[in-house]
Amino acid sequence: MDFSHSLSLILPEIVLSVAGLVLLLVAAWGGDKTSRAITIASCVVLAACFAIVAPSVCAAAMGPDTVAFGGQFTADAFAGIAKLMIFAAAGAALVIAPAFFGRYGIMRAEYPVLILFSTLGMAIMVSATDLMTLYIGLELQSLAAYVLASFLRTDDRSAEAGLKYFVLGALASGILLFGMSLVYGFTGTTDFGGIRAALSGGMATGALFGIVFVLAGLAFKISAVPFHMWTPDVYEGAPTPVTAFFASAPKVAAIALTARVALDAFGAQAGAWQQVVIFAALASIVVGALGAIGQANVKRLLAYSSINNVGFILIGLATGTAEGVSAMLVYLAIYVAMTVGSFVAVLMLRNAEGEALEAISDMAGLSRTKPLLALCLAMLMFSLAGIPPLFGFWGKFVVFQAAVQADMVALAAIGIAASVIGAFYYIKIVKIMYFDEPANVVQGRSDWAHWALLAISTAAMSPLGYLLTPWLGELADGAAAALFLAA
Amino acid sequence: MIQAIAFYLFATLVLASGVLTIVARNPVHSVLWLILAFFNGAGLMLLVGAEFLAFLLIIVYVGAVAVLFLFVVMMLNIDFAELRAGFVKNFPLGIAIALVLLAELVLGVGAYRAGALDLGTADGMAAPLAGESNIENIGALLYGRYLFLFESAGIILLVAMVGAIVLTHRGTRSPRGQQNIARQIARKPSEATVNTKPEIGQGVEL
Repeated sequence: MDFSHSLSLILPEIVLSVAGLVLLLVAAWGGDKTSRAITIASCVVLAACFAIVAPSVCAAAMGPDTVAFGGQFTADAFAGIAKLMIFAAAGAALVIAPAFFGRYGIMRAEYPVLILFSTLGMAIMVSATDLMTLYIGLELQSLAAYVLASFLRTDDRSAEAGLKYFVLGALASGILLFGMSLVYGFTGTTDFGGIRAALSGGMATGALFGIVFVLAGLAFKISAVPFHMWTPDVYEGAPTPVTAFFASAPKVAAIALTARVALDAFGAQAGAWQQVVIFAALASIVVGALGAIGQANVKRLLAYSSINNVGFILIGLATGTAEGVSAMLVYLAIYVAMTVGSFVAVLMLRNAEGEALEAISDMAGLSRTKPLLALCLAMLMFSLAGIPPLFGFWGKFVVFQAAVQADMVALAAIGIAASVIGAFYYIKIVKIMYFDEPANVVQGRSDWAHWALLAISTAAMSPLGYLLTPWLGELADGAAAALFLAA
Repeated sequence: MIQAIAFYLFATLVLASGVLTIVARNPVHSVLWLILAFFNGAGLMLLVGAEFLAFLLIIVYVGAVAVLFLFVVMMLNIDFAELRAGFVKNFPLGIAIALVLLAELVLGVGAYRAGALDLGTADGMAAPLAGESNIENIGALLYGRYLFLFESAGIILLVAMVGAIVLTHRGTRSPRGQQNIARQIARKPSEATVNTKPEIGQGVEL
């Protein structure tokens, strides 16, 4: 095995782990007063990794040259585009953290380090082409996430969120491992290519059970219905910057991982997993849309919104075609920008004492007290609802187009109908902000970093975003081609 | 000949210490018998040529798990005599569970023998290197073919440790507050006291 070639392919992962280890030492010796410096250093590291990965995405890297460590790891364009989204989302989670934790008096130096290790786990996940790599990446990401969820340990809700996430996450890991052991038992290999070859002739019932269990475990990680119960509680309880992180980066990683497992490892038995994915997609869209209606807490509402969006993303996967995967990646990129923007806006809702506000009723009449914030939030909500002039519409459009091209008209029709239901609660927030009597509780000022992130995501979601479509589409097509070259 | 003697010695001791583990009155003695059972199990594994597993059993089970048990037993004041009081009452239930487990074992072995399961076969990629021990083979795999996974697993363990410390470490804050001796000595009377001349009926401004 050519180690130098393998090591050059995992350069972003090496940079992330070495940076994480060094910054951990700095945190251990310097204490919490170094947290700001460590946060800045972590952002620089993520930017460097972004720069390392970007060329392979632009060049649509694929084929045997991208395979490292004898097929355990693949650094192709598909993994690359997911990594770019993950690094960007993790960077956003770092930028918004100091202001939030500073108000509780504890911006601890371990926060950026844990984010870096979690990002490392996600980078391993999206590059995994072996069941063992898959599990190690997933576990590294989840373990850091459990700690991040209960990072505000003086807050009961945060502790509860961490515990709930840990218990259910461990259960999901167990289900996933059981499925993986069945797949390994019936195919004799953990390598994705080997599994596909073993399943191409026909499939034993045991292997089918394995596929279903693996998908169930992964559905938990992307919070697809019927494994979504933890999402609202964890998103509500976790500190808001951590929630923004959970809703963006790990979702990208888990969805990219699911796509690779489904299309690469189980690609020869598409019929076996397609019905599972179609069910999860439709159920997520409907439950996400209906569940959000009664919510009074904006973080819970965004949790249901993320469940809803995962449904749309899974429609792209359910088609099982290169167009579907490309549409899924485009939707994913738009979703990350919208989600990060929405959570940044939620972080900027603060009362005169600087305490975070999470109730939707506190946003009443925001257009009169904070017109710019209200405008940005309204645009993000319209975009999430998929109202045409905004960029969120484009994501839904390409996904439904791919579904129609793959002769899944019924799937697309149900999805469109449910997205109309979903539009109700997004527009309800706009109505509360613009037409209700001002509650006048949102007072605090926000620093430039929040405004900058909000401006970037709002600008991307505005009709200006359509300028990105040819470029985004090209990158996504290259990435999808890389995934299908293997399959 | 000597192998047969060693086998019967280890096997007898495993069984005997296993029985003594569950019948010992003192829980600390139970754990000690358990450790003896582990040691003899390791001896059995050595006999069949699985020396890596044997050392793993001693390092992991004796070195970590059993000692952890010992600490738990000694630190938590569990009254095992009370726990065991319902032994006769629960005896039929225990027998039933044991029968279920036995039936599963027989079924599993029977199904495996019948060859009903069409399990995949290993592709020979991980075939043993000729003439080398288990330990060398496993080492060559861990630091060669599976280097990436092995190092990543190490980072998982590090994150677990960092997480446990982050969530439980309270810092070293003294309950009596902090004393800065240099500042105390450097303090001058002019900084510490203020002379005021309040007007009658106005009170003092602090």
